[in-house]
Amino acid sequence: MIDQTIRQSWIAVLSKVEVKDLEEVWQRLKEKPEYYYLRPPETGLIMVRARAEGTGSLFHLGEMTITRCTVQVKNGFRGTAYIMGRNQRHAELAALLDALLQDPYQHASLMDLIIRPLELTLRKRKTLMAQKVEDTRVEFFTMVRGDET
Amino acid sequence: MYVSAKGGEKAISKAHEFLAEVRRGDLSIPELTVEQIRQQLSLAVDRVMAEGSLYDPELAALAIKQSSGDLIEAIFLLRAYRTTLTRFGVTLPIDTTRMTLLRRISSAYKDIPGGQILGPTYDYTHRLLDFSLLIPSEKGEDQKVLKCEFSTQGEPFARVLEFLHQEGLVESGHSGESETVQDLTLQPLQIPATRDLRLQNLARGDEGFLLSLAYSTQRGFGYNHPFIGEIRVGEVSVEFVPPELGFPIEIGKITVTECEMINQFKGSSTHPPCFTRGYGLTFGHCERKAIAISLLDRALRTREFGEAQEGPAQDEEFVLMHSDNIQASGFVEHLKLPHYVDFQAELTLLRNLRKEYRDPKGEGEQP
Repeated sequence: MIDQTIRQSWIAVLSKVEVKDLEEVWQRLKEKPEYYYLRPPETGLIMVRARAEGTGSLFHLGEMTITRCTVQVKNGFRGTAYIMGRNQRHAELAALLDALLQDPYQHASLMDLIIRPLELTLRKRKTLMAQKVEDTRVEFFTMVRGDET
Repeated sequence: MYVSAKGGEKAISKAHEFLAEVRRGDLSIPELTVEQIRQQLSLAVDRVMAEGSLYDPELAALAIKQSSGDLIEAIFLLRAYRTTLTRFGVTLPIDTTRMTLLRRISSAYKDIPGGQILGPTYDYTHRLLDFSLLIPSEKGEDQKVLKCEFSTQGEPFARVLEFLHQEGLVESGHSGESETVQDLTLQPLQIPATRDLRLQNLARGDEGFLLSLAYSTQRGFGYNHPFIGEIRVGEVSVEFVPPELGFPIEIGKITVTECEMINQFKGSSTHPPCFTRGYGLTFGHCERKAIAISLLDRALRTREFGEAQEGPAQDEEFVLMHSDNIQASGFVEHLKLPHYVDFQAELTLLRNLRKEYRDPKGEGEQP
Protein backbone atom coordinates (compact mmCIF):
# COMPACT_ATOMS: atom_id res chain seq x y z
CA MET A 1 0.00 0.00 0.00
CA ILE A 2 1.65 3.19 -1.15
CA ASP A 3 1.97 5.91 1.49
CA GLN A 4 -0.73 8.59 1.20
CA THR A 5 1.73 11.48 1.21
CA ILE A 6 3.62 9.94 -1.70
CA ARG A 7 0.38 9.57 -3.60
CA GLN A 8 -0.56 13.16 -2.80
CA SER A 9 2.75 14.38 -4.17
CA TRP A 10 2.44 12.53 -7.50
CA ILE A 11 -1.16 13.68 -7.84
CA ALA A 12 0.05 17.27 -7.38
CA VAL A 13 2.69 16.82 -10.10
CA LEU A 14 0.17 15.31 -12.53
CA SER A 15 -2.18 18.27 -11.95
CA LYS A 16 0.39 20.99 -12.33
CA VAL A 17 2.01 19.94 -15.59
CA GLU A 18 0.39 20.66 -18.93
CA VAL A 19 -1.51 18.04 -20.85
CA LYS A 20 1.20 18.00 -23.52
CA ASP A 21 3.75 17.02 -20.85
CA LEU A 22 1.52 14.11 -19.87
CA GLU A 23 1.01 13.00 -23.48
CA GLU A 24 4.76 13.00 -23.91
CA VAL A 25 5.46 10.78 -20.88
CA TRP A 26 2.51 8.56 -21.75
CA GLN A 27 4.22 7.72 -25.04
CA ARG A 28 7.15 6.32 -23.08
CA LEU A 29 5.05 3.54 -21.60
CA LYS A 30 5.74 0.42 -23.60
CA GLU A 31 2.62 -1.36 -22.47
CA LYS A 32 -0.50 0.71 -22.36
CA PRO A 33 -2.95 -0.85 -19.94
CA GLU A 34 -6.56 -1.69 -20.67
CA TYR A 35 -8.97 0.36 -18.64
CA TYR A 36 -12.53 1.58 -18.45
CA TYR A 37 -14.21 4.64 -16.96
CA LEU A 38 -15.84 4.46 -13.55
CA ARG A 39 -16.53 8.09 -14.12
CA PRO A 40 -15.78 9.57 -17.54
CA PRO A 41 -14.12 13.00 -17.63
CA GLU A 42 -16.54 15.60 -16.37
CA THR A 43 -16.08 19.36 -15.97
CA GLY A 44 -17.63 21.20 -13.07
CA LEU A 45 -16.95 23.96 -10.56
CA ILE A 46 -15.39 24.28 -7.17
CA MET A 47 -15.74 27.28 -4.92
CA VAL A 48 -12.42 28.69 -3.72
CA ARG A 49 -12.29 29.59 -0.06
CA ALA A 50 -9.90 32.07 1.50
CA ARG A 51 -9.26 33.62 4.90
CA ALA A 52 -9.67 37.29 5.74
CA GLU A 53 -6.26 38.78 6.58
CA GLY A 54 -4.87 35.55 5.17
CA THR A 55 -5.23 33.76 8.48
CA GLY A 56 -8.61 34.77 9.82
CA SER A 57 -12.21 33.92 9.17
CA LEU A 58 -13.33 32.12 6.05
CA PHE A 59 -15.00 33.63 3.01
CA HIS A 60 -15.74 32.55 -0.54
CA LEU A 61 -13.48 34.16 -3.16
CA GLY A 62 -15.01 32.76 -6.32
CA GLU A 63 -15.36 29.59 -8.36
CA MET A 64 -12.99 27.83 -10.69
CA THR A 65 -13.46 25.19 -13.35
CA ILE A 66 -12.26 21.69 -12.52
CA THR A 67 -12.38 18.39 -14.42
CA ARG A 68 -12.52 14.99 -12.78
CA CYS A 69 -12.17 11.44 -13.95
CA THR A 70 -12.01 8.00 -12.35
CA VAL A 71 -10.70 4.98 -14.21
CA GLN A 72 -10.40 1.29 -13.39
CA VAL A 73 -7.37 -0.43 -14.85
CA LYS A 74 -8.15 -4.05 -15.78
CA ASN A 75 -6.55 -6.32 -13.18
CA GLY A 76 -5.22 -3.21 -11.57
CA PHE A 77 -6.03 -0.21 -9.44
CA ARG A 78 -8.55 2.57 -9.51
CA GLY A 79 -7.18 5.99 -10.39
CA THR A 80 -8.77 9.35 -9.67
CA ALA A 81 -7.89 12.79 -10.97
CA TYR A 82 -9.23 16.25 -10.28
CA ILE A 83 -7.46 18.92 -12.28
CA MET A 84 -8.12 22.62 -12.65
CA GLY A 85 -9.55 23.70 -15.96
CA ARG A 86 -11.63 21.93 -18.55
CA ASN A 87 -9.19 19.60 -20.27
CA GLN A 88 -10.76 16.14 -20.27
CA ARG A 89 -7.71 14.42 -21.74
CA HIS A 90 -5.60 15.83 -18.89
CA ALA A 91 -7.99 14.39 -16.32
CA GLU A 92 -8.08 11.03 -18.07
CA LEU A 93 -4.28 10.71 -18.33
CA ALA A 94 -3.80 11.88 -14.75
CA ALA A 95 -6.34 9.30 -13.50
CA LEU A 96 -4.67 6.53 -15.52
CA LEU A 97 -1.23 7.37 -14.23
CA ASP A 98 -2.63 7.60 -10.69
CA ALA A 99 -3.94 4.04 -11.09
CA LEU A 100 -0.64 2.70 -12.44
CA LEU A 101 1.47 4.42 -9.80
CA GLN A 102 -0.47 2.73 -7.02
CA ASP A 103 0.68 -0.68 -8.20
CA PRO A 104 3.58 -1.61 -5.90
CA TYR A 105 5.23 -3.70 -8.64
CA GLN A 106 5.32 -0.82 -11.09
CA HIS A 107 5.55 2.06 -8.66
CA ALA A 108 9.29 2.56 -8.49
CA SER A 109 9.92 2.28 -12.22
CA LEU A 110 7.01 4.55 -13.06
CA MET A 111 8.19 7.16 -10.57
CA ASP A 112 11.48 7.22 -12.49
CA LEU A 113 9.95 7.08 -15.94
CA ILE A 114 7.04 9.45 -15.44
CA ILE A 115 7.10 11.50 -12.25
CA ARG A 116 10.76 12.47 -11.95
CA PRO A 117 10.95 13.94 -15.47
CA LEU A 118 7.71 15.85 -14.88
CA GLU A 119 9.04 17.19 -11.59
CA LEU A 120 12.16 18.32 -13.40
CA THR A 121 10.07 20.13 -16.01
CA LEU A 122 8.13 21.94 -13.28
CA ARG A 123 11.32 22.87 -11.44
CA LYS A 124 12.94 24.26 -14.58
CA ARG A 125 9.99 26.52 -15.22
CA LYS A 126 10.01 27.69 -11.62
CA THR A 127 13.70 28.49 -11.62
CA LEU A 128 13.44 30.48 -14.84
CA MET A 129 10.79 32.71 -13.33
CA ALA A 130 12.39 32.90 -9.90
CA GLN A 131 15.42 34.64 -11.34
CA LYS A 132 13.28 37.25 -13.06
CA VAL A 133 11.37 37.93 -9.85
CA GLU A 134 14.55 38.08 -7.82
CA ASP A 135 16.04 40.65 -10.21
CA THR A 136 13.26 43.07 -9.21
CA ARG A 137 14.20 43.00 -5.51
CA VAL A 138 14.92 46.55 -4.34
CA GLU A 139 18.35 47.24 -2.90
CA PHE A 140 17.96 50.34 -0.79
CA PHE A 141 20.89 52.51 0.04
CA THR A 142 20.49 55.38 2.41
CA MET A 143 22.63 58.45 2.37
CA VAL A 144 23.66 60.20 5.52
CA ARG A 145 23.37 63.92 5.02
CA GLY A 146 24.43 66.88 7.04
CA ASP A 147 27.04 67.26 9.78
CA GLU A 148 27.83 64.50 12.11
CA THR A 149 28.13 66.69 15.17
CA MET B 1 -57.36 44.08 -23.90
CA TYR B 2 -53.86 42.94 -24.69
CA VAL B 3 -52.08 43.53 -27.96
CA SER B 4 -48.75 41.82 -28.47
CA ALA B 5 -46.29 42.92 -31.08
CA LYS B 6 -44.06 40.38 -32.80
CA GLY B 7 -41.44 40.44 -35.45
CA GLY B 8 -37.82 41.29 -35.82
CA GLU B 9 -36.57 37.70 -36.11
CA LYS B 10 -35.09 38.39 -39.51
CA ALA B 11 -33.60 41.67 -38.34
CA ILE B 12 -32.04 40.00 -35.31
CA SER B 13 -30.52 37.30 -37.45
CA LYS B 14 -29.02 39.92 -39.72
CA ALA B 15 -27.85 41.89 -36.70
CA HIS B 16 -25.87 38.87 -35.49
CA GLU B 17 -24.27 38.47 -38.91
CA PHE B 18 -23.38 42.14 -38.91
CA LEU B 19 -21.99 41.81 -35.37
CA ALA B 20 -19.75 38.93 -36.42
CA GLU B 21 -18.42 41.02 -39.33
CA VAL B 22 -17.77 44.05 -37.16
CA ARG B 23 -16.12 41.85 -34.55
CA ARG B 24 -13.81 40.38 -37.17
CA GLY B 25 -12.95 43.71 -38.73
CA ASP B 26 -10.66 44.07 -41.70
CA LEU B 27 -10.20 40.62 -43.27
CA SER B 28 -6.72 41.47 -44.48
CA ILE B 29 -5.61 41.65 -40.84
CA PRO B 30 -4.91 38.29 -39.11
CA GLU B 31 -7.67 37.09 -36.78
CA LEU B 32 -7.04 37.46 -33.07
CA THR B 33 -6.61 34.12 -31.32
CA VAL B 34 -7.92 33.28 -27.88
CA GLU B 35 -4.41 32.27 -26.84
CA GLN B 36 -3.05 35.67 -27.92
CA ILE B 37 -5.63 37.36 -25.71
CA ARG B 38 -4.82 35.07 -22.84
CA GLN B 39 -1.10 35.73 -23.08
CA GLN B 40 -0.97 39.35 -24.20
CA LEU B 41 -4.09 40.87 -22.61
CA SER B 42 -3.65 38.97 -19.37
CA LEU B 43 -4.81 41.82 -17.15
CA ALA B 44 -8.10 41.99 -19.05
CA VAL B 45 -8.40 38.23 -18.59
CA ASP B 46 -7.74 38.69 -14.87
CA ARG B 47 -10.45 41.32 -14.55
CA VAL B 48 -13.00 39.16 -16.36
CA MET B 49 -12.18 36.18 -14.13
CA ALA B 50 -12.41 38.29 -10.97
CA GLU B 51 -15.74 39.93 -11.81
CA GLY B 52 -17.12 36.88 -13.58
CA SER B 53 -16.20 35.11 -10.35
CA LEU B 54 -14.87 32.17 -12.36
CA TYR B 55 -11.19 31.29 -12.59
CA ASP B 56 -10.60 29.92 -16.07
CA PRO B 57 -8.21 32.02 -18.16
CA GLU B 58 -9.06 30.37 -21.46
CA LEU B 59 -12.79 30.92 -21.01
CA ALA B 60 -12.22 34.52 -20.00
CA ALA B 61 -10.04 35.09 -23.08
CA LEU B 62 -12.70 33.54 -25.29
CA ALA B 63 -15.34 35.78 -23.74
CA ILE B 64 -13.17 38.84 -24.42
CA LYS B 65 -12.78 37.84 -28.06
CA GLN B 66 -16.50 37.19 -28.42
CA SER B 67 -17.43 40.52 -26.85
CA SER B 68 -14.98 42.52 -28.95
CA GLY B 69 -13.26 43.69 -25.78
CA ASP B 70 -16.37 44.94 -23.95
CA LEU B 71 -15.28 43.55 -20.59
CA ILE B 72 -18.67 43.76 -18.88
CA GLU B 73 -20.17 41.85 -21.80
CA ALA B 74 -17.37 39.29 -21.38
CA ILE B 75 -18.07 39.03 -17.65
CA PHE B 76 -21.73 38.42 -18.49
CA LEU B 77 -20.72 35.56 -20.81
CA LEU B 78 -18.65 33.98 -18.07
CA ARG B 79 -21.39 34.31 -15.48
CA ALA B 80 -23.90 32.74 -17.86
CA TYR B 81 -21.57 29.85 -18.70
CA ARG B 82 -20.91 29.20 -15.05
CA THR B 83 -24.59 28.47 -14.46
CA THR B 84 -24.33 25.45 -16.77
CA LEU B 85 -21.74 23.69 -14.61
CA THR B 86 -22.24 21.48 -11.59
CA ARG B 87 -20.47 22.37 -8.39
CA PHE B 88 -18.36 19.54 -7.04
CA GLY B 89 -17.54 21.16 -3.72
CA VAL B 90 -15.40 23.75 -1.98
CA THR B 91 -11.65 24.01 -1.66
CA LEU B 92 -9.58 24.13 1.49
CA PRO B 93 -8.82 27.79 2.25
CA ILE B 94 -5.94 29.04 0.11
CA ASP B 95 -2.83 29.97 2.06
CA THR B 96 -1.52 33.32 0.91
CA THR B 97 1.29 33.14 3.48
CA ARG B 98 2.78 30.36 1.34
CA MET B 99 2.26 32.27 -1.89
CA THR B 100 4.83 31.85 -4.66
CA LEU B 101 5.50 35.51 -5.06
CA LEU B 102 5.57 37.48 -8.26
CA ARG B 103 5.44 40.81 -6.46
CA ARG B 104 5.48 41.88 -2.82
CA ILE B 105 5.70 45.41 -1.44
CA SER B 106 4.94 47.34 1.71
CA SER B 107 4.38 51.08 2.04
CA ALA B 108 4.37 51.06 5.83
CA TYR B 109 7.87 49.63 6.24
CA LYS B 110 10.97 50.05 4.11
CA ASP B 111 12.69 46.91 5.34
CA ILE B 112 10.53 43.84 5.47
CA PRO B 113 11.55 40.18 5.78
CA GLY B 114 12.18 38.96 2.26
CA GLY B 115 12.53 42.47 0.95
CA GLN B 116 10.52 44.63 -1.42
CA ILE B 117 10.10 42.80 -4.70
CA LEU B 118 8.66 44.88 -7.50
CA GLY B 119 7.75 42.16 -9.98
CA PRO B 120 6.30 43.14 -13.36
CA THR B 121 4.70 46.47 -12.50
CA TYR B 122 3.52 49.58 -14.35
CA ASP B 123 4.09 51.72 -11.24
CA TYR B 124 7.34 53.35 -12.36
CA THR B 125 6.74 53.58 -16.10
CA HIS B 126 6.01 57.35 -16.20
CA ARG B 127 2.97 56.51 -18.36
CA LEU B 128 4.62 57.52 -21.62
CA LEU B 129 3.06 55.88 -24.64
CA ASP B 130 5.55 53.44 -26.10
CA PHE B 131 5.34 53.80 -29.86
CA SER B 132 7.80 51.00 -30.39
CA LEU B 133 4.95 48.66 -29.54
CA LEU B 134 3.27 49.67 -32.82
CA ILE B 135 5.68 47.38 -34.61
CA PRO B 136 5.68 43.71 -33.57
CA SER B 137 9.13 42.73 -32.38
CA GLU B 138 11.25 40.03 -33.98
CA LYS B 139 10.68 36.63 -32.44
CA GLY B 140 12.84 36.63 -29.30
CA GLU B 141 14.71 33.73 -27.81
CA ASP B 142 12.49 30.78 -27.21
CA GLN B 143 11.76 31.40 -23.56
CA LYS B 144 9.18 28.69 -22.95
CA VAL B 145 8.23 30.64 -19.87
CA LEU B 146 4.71 30.04 -18.81
CA LYS B 147 3.17 33.01 -17.14
CA CYS B 148 2.21 31.32 -13.94
CA GLU B 149 5.07 29.06 -12.97
CA PHE B 150 7.50 30.74 -10.67
CA SER B 151 8.92 30.70 -7.19
CA THR B 152 11.23 32.61 -4.97
CA GLN B 153 13.91 30.84 -2.99
CA GLY B 154 13.55 29.73 0.58
CA GLU B 155 10.86 29.94 3.17
CA PRO B 156 7.56 31.78 2.79
CA PHE B 157 7.93 35.44 3.75
CA ALA B 158 6.45 36.43 7.07
CA ARG B 159 3.52 38.79 6.91
CA VAL B 160 4.21 42.44 7.74
CA LEU B 161 1.01 42.68 9.78
CA GLU B 162 2.15 39.72 11.87
CA PHE B 163 4.97 41.80 13.41
CA LEU B 164 2.57 44.54 14.37
CA HIS B 165 0.23 41.93 15.77
CA GLN B 166 2.95 40.35 17.89
CA GLU B 167 3.54 43.73 19.49
CA GLY B 168 -0.18 44.04 20.12
CA LEU B 169 -0.37 47.12 17.92
CA VAL B 170 -2.98 45.87 15.48
CA GLU B 171 -6.29 44.13 16.05
CA SER B 172 -6.08 40.42 15.41
CA GLY B 173 -7.67 38.93 12.36
CA HIS B 174 -10.50 36.94 13.83
CA SER B 175 -9.50 33.35 13.40
CA GLY B 176 -12.17 30.74 13.45
CA GLU B 177 -11.89 27.01 13.36
CA SER B 178 -15.22 25.68 12.20
CA GLU B 179 -17.21 28.81 11.71
CA THR B 180 -20.06 28.88 9.23
CA VAL B 181 -19.35 30.75 6.04
CA GLN B 182 -22.08 31.99 3.75
CA ASP B 183 -22.17 31.96 -0.02
CA LEU B 184 -23.70 34.69 -2.18
CA THR B 185 -24.14 32.25 -5.06
CA LEU B 186 -26.45 30.11 -2.96
CA GLN B 187 -28.62 32.66 -1.22
CA PRO B 188 -29.52 36.28 -1.92
CA LEU B 189 -27.70 39.02 -0.06
CA GLN B 190 -29.39 40.39 3.00
CA ILE B 191 -28.51 43.58 4.81
CA PRO B 192 -26.96 43.81 7.38
CA ALA B 193 -24.32 41.51 5.91
CA THR B 194 -21.53 39.63 7.63
CA ARG B 195 -17.91 40.20 6.69
CA ASP B 196 -17.60 36.96 4.71
CA LEU B 197 -20.43 38.05 2.42
CA ARG B 198 -18.95 41.53 2.09
CA LEU B 199 -15.56 40.17 1.02
CA GLN B 200 -17.18 37.80 -1.49
CA ASN B 201 -19.39 40.58 -2.85
CA LEU B 202 -16.47 42.99 -3.20
CA ALA B 203 -14.22 40.38 -4.81
CA ARG B 204 -16.69 40.05 -7.69
CA GLY B 205 -17.67 43.73 -7.71
CA ASP B 206 -17.05 46.24 -10.49
CA GLU B 207 -13.54 47.64 -10.31
CA GLY B 208 -14.59 51.17 -11.32
CA PHE B 209 -17.36 51.40 -8.76
CA LEU B 210 -15.15 50.10 -5.95
CA LEU B 211 -12.28 52.34 -6.98
CA SER B 212 -14.49 55.45 -6.87
CA LEU B 213 -15.95 54.56 -3.50
CA ALA B 214 -12.49 53.89 -2.08
CA TYR B 215 -11.40 57.26 -3.46
CA SER B 216 -14.34 58.90 -1.72
CA THR B 217 -13.13 57.62 1.64
CA GLN B 218 -9.76 59.22 1.01
CA ARG B 219 -11.43 62.52 0.14
CA GLY B 220 -13.05 62.54 3.53
CA PHE B 221 -16.26 60.57 3.15
CA GLY B 222 -15.26 58.22 5.90
CA TYR B 223 -11.50 58.69 6.10
CA ASN B 224 -9.52 56.16 8.14
CA HIS B 225 -5.84 57.05 7.65
CA PRO B 226 -4.81 54.10 5.53
CA PHE B 227 -1.32 52.67 4.98
CA ILE B 228 -0.59 49.66 2.83
CA GLY B 229 0.91 47.06 5.15
CA GLU B 230 1.52 44.64 2.35
CA ILE B 231 0.56 43.81 -1.20
CA ARG B 232 1.24 40.30 -2.47
CA VAL B 233 0.71 39.06 -5.99
CA GLY B 234 1.48 35.49 -6.88
CA GLU B 235 0.37 31.91 -7.06
CA VAL B 236 -1.27 29.85 -4.38
CA SER B 237 -1.95 26.13 -4.42
CA VAL B 238 -5.55 25.04 -4.53
CA GLU B 239 -6.43 21.95 -2.52
CA PHE B 240 -9.60 19.93 -2.51
CA VAL B 241 -10.77 16.81 -0.70
CA PRO B 242 -12.56 14.55 -3.18
CA PRO B 243 -15.19 12.53 -1.34
CA GLU B 244 -13.98 9.33 -3.01
CA LEU B 245 -10.41 9.81 -1.83
CA GLY B 246 -11.01 11.33 1.59
CA PHE B 247 -7.68 13.20 1.67
CA PRO B 248 -6.67 16.59 0.29
CA ILE B 249 -5.07 16.77 -3.16
CA GLU B 250 -3.61 19.69 -5.02
CA ILE B 251 -5.51 20.44 -8.20
CA GLY B 252 -3.44 23.33 -9.50
CA LYS B 253 -2.31 26.88 -8.80
CA ILE B 254 -4.13 30.17 -9.21
CA THR B 255 -2.84 33.74 -9.21
CA VAL B 256 -4.33 36.07 -6.63
CA THR B 257 -3.70 39.63 -5.43
CA GLU B 258 -3.87 40.38 -1.74
CA CYS B 259 -3.80 43.75 0.02
CA GLU B 260 -3.55 44.30 3.75
CA MET B 261 -4.33 47.83 4.82
CA ILE B 262 -3.39 49.35 8.18
CA ASN B 263 -5.98 51.86 9.31
CA GLN B 264 -6.66 54.38 12.01
CA PHE B 265 -6.39 53.23 15.57
CA LYS B 266 -9.30 52.68 17.85
CA GLY B 267 -9.47 52.13 21.56
CA SER B 268 -12.27 51.53 24.03
CA SER B 269 -12.77 51.38 27.76
CA THR B 270 -11.76 47.74 27.68
CA HIS B 271 -9.09 47.76 24.96
CA PRO B 272 -6.07 50.02 24.46
CA PRO B 273 -5.90 51.82 21.11
CA CYS B 274 -4.49 49.79 18.25
CA PHE B 275 -4.43 49.90 14.48
CA THR B 276 -7.41 48.49 12.63
CA ARG B 277 -7.25 46.52 9.40
CA GLY B 278 -8.76 46.24 5.97
CA TYR B 279 -8.37 43.27 3.65
CA GLY B 280 -8.76 42.82 -0.08
CA LEU B 281 -8.34 39.68 -2.18
CA THR B 282 -9.03 39.11 -5.87
CA PHE B 283 -8.44 36.51 -8.55
CA GLY B 284 -5.63 37.39 -10.93
CA HIS B 285 -3.37 40.43 -10.85
CA CYS B 286 -5.80 43.21 -9.91
CA GLU B 287 -3.92 45.51 -7.54
CA ARG B 288 -6.02 48.64 -7.92
CA LYS B 289 -9.09 46.59 -7.06
CA ALA B 290 -7.52 44.74 -4.13
CA ILE B 291 -6.44 48.07 -2.62
CA ALA B 292 -9.94 49.50 -3.16
CA ILE B 293 -11.52 46.45 -1.55
CA SER B 294 -9.28 46.73 1.50
CA LEU B 295 -10.28 50.39 1.95
CA LEU B 296 -13.95 49.52 1.61
CA ASP B 297 -13.64 46.49 3.90
CA ARG B 298 -12.47 48.85 6.63
CA ALA B 299 -15.06 51.51 5.77
CA LEU B 300 -17.86 48.96 6.02
CA ARG B 301 -16.80 47.95 9.51
CA THR B 302 -18.19 51.19 10.99
CA ARG B 303 -20.75 49.26 13.04
CA GLU B 304 -18.02 47.19 14.68
CA PHE B 305 -16.10 50.28 15.73
CA GLY B 306 -19.10 52.40 16.59
CA GLU B 307 -18.13 55.03 14.02
CA ALA B 308 -20.48 57.58 12.54
CA GLN B 309 -21.45 56.90 8.96
CA GLU B 310 -20.13 59.90 7.03
CA GLY B 311 -20.27 58.75 3.45
CA PRO B 312 -21.78 56.29 0.99
CA ALA B 313 -18.70 54.03 1.14
CA GLN B 314 -19.66 53.23 4.73
CA ASP B 315 -23.26 52.47 3.79
CA GLU B 316 -23.38 48.71 3.46
CA GLU B 317 -26.58 48.64 1.46
CA PHE B 318 -25.36 51.29 -0.96
CA VAL B 319 -22.05 49.55 -1.59
CA LEU B 320 -23.07 45.90 -1.66
CA MET B 321 -26.33 46.26 -3.58
CA HIS B 322 -24.72 48.23 -6.42
CA SER B 323 -21.31 46.60 -6.74
CA ASP B 324 -22.28 43.84 -9.16
CA ASN B 325 -21.96 45.17 -12.70
CA ILE B 326 -24.02 42.35 -14.20
CA GLN B 327 -26.94 43.13 -11.94
CA ALA B 328 -26.42 46.82 -12.60
CA SER B 329 -26.20 46.54 -16.38
CA GLY B 330 -29.16 44.19 -16.35
CA PHE B 331 -31.42 46.81 -14.91
CA VAL B 332 -29.87 49.78 -16.67
CA GLU B 333 -29.81 48.13 -20.08
CA HIS B 334 -33.26 46.63 -19.75
CA LEU B 335 -34.48 50.11 -20.56
CA LYS B 336 -33.69 49.20 -24.16
CA LEU B 337 -36.45 46.61 -24.14
CA PRO B 338 -39.78 47.74 -25.59
CA HIS B 339 -41.75 49.78 -23.09
CA TYR B 340 -44.34 50.79 -25.68
CA VAL B 341 -47.40 50.07 -23.60
CA ASP B 342 -45.98 51.63 -20.43
CA PHE B 343 -45.11 54.71 -22.37
CA GLN B 344 -48.55 54.95 -23.99
CA ALA B 345 -50.02 54.85 -20.50
CA GLU B 346 -47.71 57.69 -19.43
CA LEU B 347 -48.64 59.71 -22.51
CA THR B 348 -52.36 59.29 -21.89
CA LEU B 349 -51.97 60.25 -18.24
CA LEU B 350 -49.96 63.34 -19.15
CA ARG B 351 -52.54 64.48 -21.70
CA ASN B 352 -55.30 64.12 -19.14
CA LEU B 353 -53.33 66.04 -16.53
CA ARG B 354 -52.65 68.85 -18.98
CA LYS B 355 -56.34 68.99 -19.88
CA GLU B 356 -57.26 69.31 -16.22
CA TYR B 357 -54.63 71.97 -15.70
CA ARG B 358 -56.01 74.19 -18.46
CA ASP B 359 -59.64 73.47 -17.74
CA PRO B 360 -60.00 72.60 -14.07
CA LYS B 361 -63.73 73.08 -14.02
CA GLY B 362 -64.30 71.16 -17.20
CA GLU B 363 -65.91 74.12 -18.99
CA GLY B 364 -64.90 72.83 -22.36
CA GLU B 365 -62.05 75.12 -23.32
CA GLN B 366 -60.11 74.09 -26.35
CA PRO B 367 -56.70 72.61 -25.47
